[in-house]
Amino acid sequence: MNRAGNWVGGLLMVLAAPVLALVLSGIIASVLLLATGYSVGDFWSILLTAPSERQVVNILNYGAILYLSGVAAAIGFRMNLFNIGVEGQYRIGAFAGAVFAGSGWLTGPLNTIVAILIAMVSAALWAGIAGFLRVTRGVSEVISTIMLNAIAGYLVGYFLRKLGEQSGNATSTKDVPESSWVGGIDILKGSGQELLGLSLFAVVVGVLYWLVLNKTVFGFNLRATGGSETAAVASGVDVKRMVVVSMLLSGAVAGLIGMPVLFGDAHNYGSSFQTGIGFAGIAVALLGRNNPVGIALGALIFSYLHEQANNLNILAGISPDIVQVTQGVIVLCVVVAYEVARRVRVRIEQASVAAALETRRSERTEVPA
Amino acid sequence: MTTTSPQLRGTVAVRVEGIGKSFPGVIANHDVSFAIERGTIHALVGENGAGKSTLMKILYGVQKPDEGTIEVNGEQVGFSSPSDAIARGIGMVFQHFQLADNLTVLENVVLGAEKLHGIGQAAREEVLRISREYGFDLDPDELVERLGVGQRQRVEILKVLYRGARIIILDEPTAVLVPQEVDALFANLRELKAEGHTLIFISHKLDEVRAIADDITVIRRGTTVASVKPDEVTTRELAELMVGSELPSPSTEESTVTDVVRLELEDVTVRDGAGRELLADIDFTIHAGEVLGIAGVEGNGQTELVATVTGLLRATGGRISLGEEDITDWSTRRRREAGIGVIPEDRHRHGLLLDAPLWENRILGHQSRPPSSRGGWINRGGARTDTQRIVGQYDVRTPSIDTTARALSGGNQQKFIVGREMSGDPVLLIAAHPTRGVDVGAQAAIWDHIRDARREGLAVLLISADLDELIGLSDTIRVLLRGRIVAAFDPQTVTPQELGSAMTGAGEDA
Repeated sequence: MNRAGNWVGGLLMVLAAPVLALVLSGIIASVLLLATGYSVGDFWSILLTAPSERQVVNILNYGAILYLSGVAAAIGFRMNLFNIGVEGQYRIGAFAGAVFAGSGWLTGPLNTIVAILIAMVSAALWAGIAGFLRVTRGVSEVISTIMLNAIAGYLVGYFLRKLGEQSGNATSTKDVPESSWVGGIDILKGSGQELLGLSLFAVVVGVLYWLVLNKTVFGFNLRATGGSETAAVASGVDVKRMVVVSMLLSGAVAGLIGMPVLFGDAHNYGSSFQTGIGFAGIAVALLGRNNPVGIALGALIFSYLHEQANNLNILAGISPDIVQVTQGVIVLCVVVAYEVARRVRVRIEQASVAAALETRRSERTEVPA
Repeated sequence: MTTTSPQLRGTVAVRVEGIGKSFPGVIANHDVSFAIERGTIHALVGENGAGKSTLMKILYGVQKPDEGTIEVNGEQVGFSSPSDAIARGIGMVFQHFQLADNLTVLENVVLGAEKLHGIGQAAREEVLRISREYGFDLDPDELVERLGVGQRQRVEILKVLYRGARIIILDEPTAVLVPQEVDALFANLRELKAEGHTLIFISHKLDEVRAIADDITVIRRGTTVASVKPDEVTTRELAELMVGSELPSPSTEESTVTDVVRLELEDVTVRDGAGRELLADIDFTIHAGEVLGIAGVEGNGQTELVATVTGLLRATGGRISLGEEDITDWSTRRRREAGIGVIPEDRHRHGLLLDAPLWENRILGHQSRPPSSRGGWINRGGARTDTQRIVGQYDVRTPSIDTTARALSGGNQQKFIVGREMSGDPVLLIAAHPTRGVDVGAQAAIWDHIRDARREGLAVLLISADLDELIGLSDTIRVLLRGRIVAAFDPQTVTPQELGSAMTGAGEDA
């Protein structure tokens, strides 16, 4: 079998699954629109209209946040640890960071840096609770993180009322002093919208995620544990330690999710602070198959749909809910398409192994049974 | 092929003619032919990996044969799923029980067969009737989790009877049983035979086969090589039929045993969470250049012994030393770094990342050592080069080192593991069933590698269910029974019969 042919075939395999998934979810979304009585033509023409410059910046901003959330979830997923608690972790982190930054004990960039570290540590510890329960008491992290999400929501709400300031209907933490704000980057002049400065965390986290996972022994152990926990244990990996460490890392990244908006836009944590990003991150990680580039594409697709949902509502009266349904359908289709692709790949590979053996076998006289 | 002409005792229940099955890289069947008479117990014997399970999967409709025919009760059949087989009255009792622990006996039996007698009183009466008729002594309302192994097996048999099976395939039914349970099972089987059922008994335990079977068909390297009557052959003859000329002769090589102690276990005891003894007072020493073989019926502590030496299980008493060092409290990683190589019993669960490429599998177990890594960083180049070396040196048949481990055949996976575990200057090699499920060619190669390891001065702990392998490779043999070492033998003088009786505790009271 020739090598170049293999390579092209491999690339086709890689692309086939996501393309298939997107086409399939497009069809399902159209059927849903028909069934609910909306105009399919309007839906597609608006969805596929090139976004304005302002929208492009919005897509990047929201995409960066989704990316952080996706990586936070993916760290756990890579070792079969289902951290469903990114939602709660980032809210704890964002709140803790906002309280500290708003208190004004420190000023300028130092305040920003320490506040970000506090956000990461508090979110990591919150995630660590689930890791600790898993290794000491065998509690499934799925259940504990879901419950911790609820607890985080109430806890943050309680302390917000207790520590926050009332302004009109809204309650929020004290504003971050202006000296600690992180300015935006005017990437598209005249769009009137700036890229949040801390969105660049997404790039840093993405590179680190790739580097640690693929180039370090720790990353190898993490992937090995995900691939086969029994084989990892037998090879000398301390799986309990890995569970705790990866929960902590996952939580630390979750702690970053709220930072771009906190220091670049909202300047405080209030009752209107964006929620649901943690759950969206799980979908994004699934969509990107926990791969650093894949998660980026997934985050951008979700962010794009999120942005276009407003236009659908304004221009065609299509409920934004239909976009959320479409996002869900995409995730389902991707999961199915990748599994199909995986099975096809395994079969092709086994056939190629057999072919390689067959050639060698025919060179010998003896035929092993 | 030497087929004895079957005396007509009844009509033929199952006739298999020229069955062939090939699939990528796995031992296949070719030209498999035999006939099973109704109302008899027919044993299919063969080594692990000889193709017995493929054949059974074909008979039970899990896999389709590429060629050949199957006749059931004189009618040619083509099964495309187990439900087709069940409809023809063929049932299968798997080696690994397929029971739901948290359901009762009755619930387990009716699960999936609700249409037959419902799930209520009628079903209960049917279960009770079968249990009484064959002396199974099962309470339909007992939870399966409270049952012992022998009772669980009876539930499995009850399940297939409930579904109306007249032809029952039993896949290595005695592998998990202690001797008394084996006797009870055999009593049940004779009862079933008396009622006119046809039983296909798969095993590689020849004494048992001779005790229970009416006819024996021997499978070797994927094909039927002989059909014999149990009273016409000795166990030794049967063994030779099974392994052919591949029977390893006891090592005539000069002893390489030195007086350097590599591994020493002193009064090692392991208890599980409930305080039961898994291993008790294990005492032995392996010197450099010595192969110590552990014989025993499976489930008598072999798995636990390996786990205890590798650090997966902690000894609750006693002391384990590697060379001069007390490693009793060391982690698995530290032990591996100190030079313990392991060929695991279950290579898929403990030896490989099936979906990772071979070169990544080279790193597994060597994460912290060159050439796999350098100070916390994976050394991709080093690992790849060394994988190439293993592939060449150990004759691993693979198109490339980027092929996933899953795609390789069992024998090639095993050769790869042997090569990996022999890397990085090991001082102790633990080989648990090293040739299980591998083809004959790979088997000979692996034996050679173990002999090489011994010659190079490694201490080797060999665990095997294959007595000839143990006798052929070991310098000394210990017998493990119910977690204790009950006998020691010199492989130069011991016979399989002596080993066999020590393994089953037959000579215990003597």
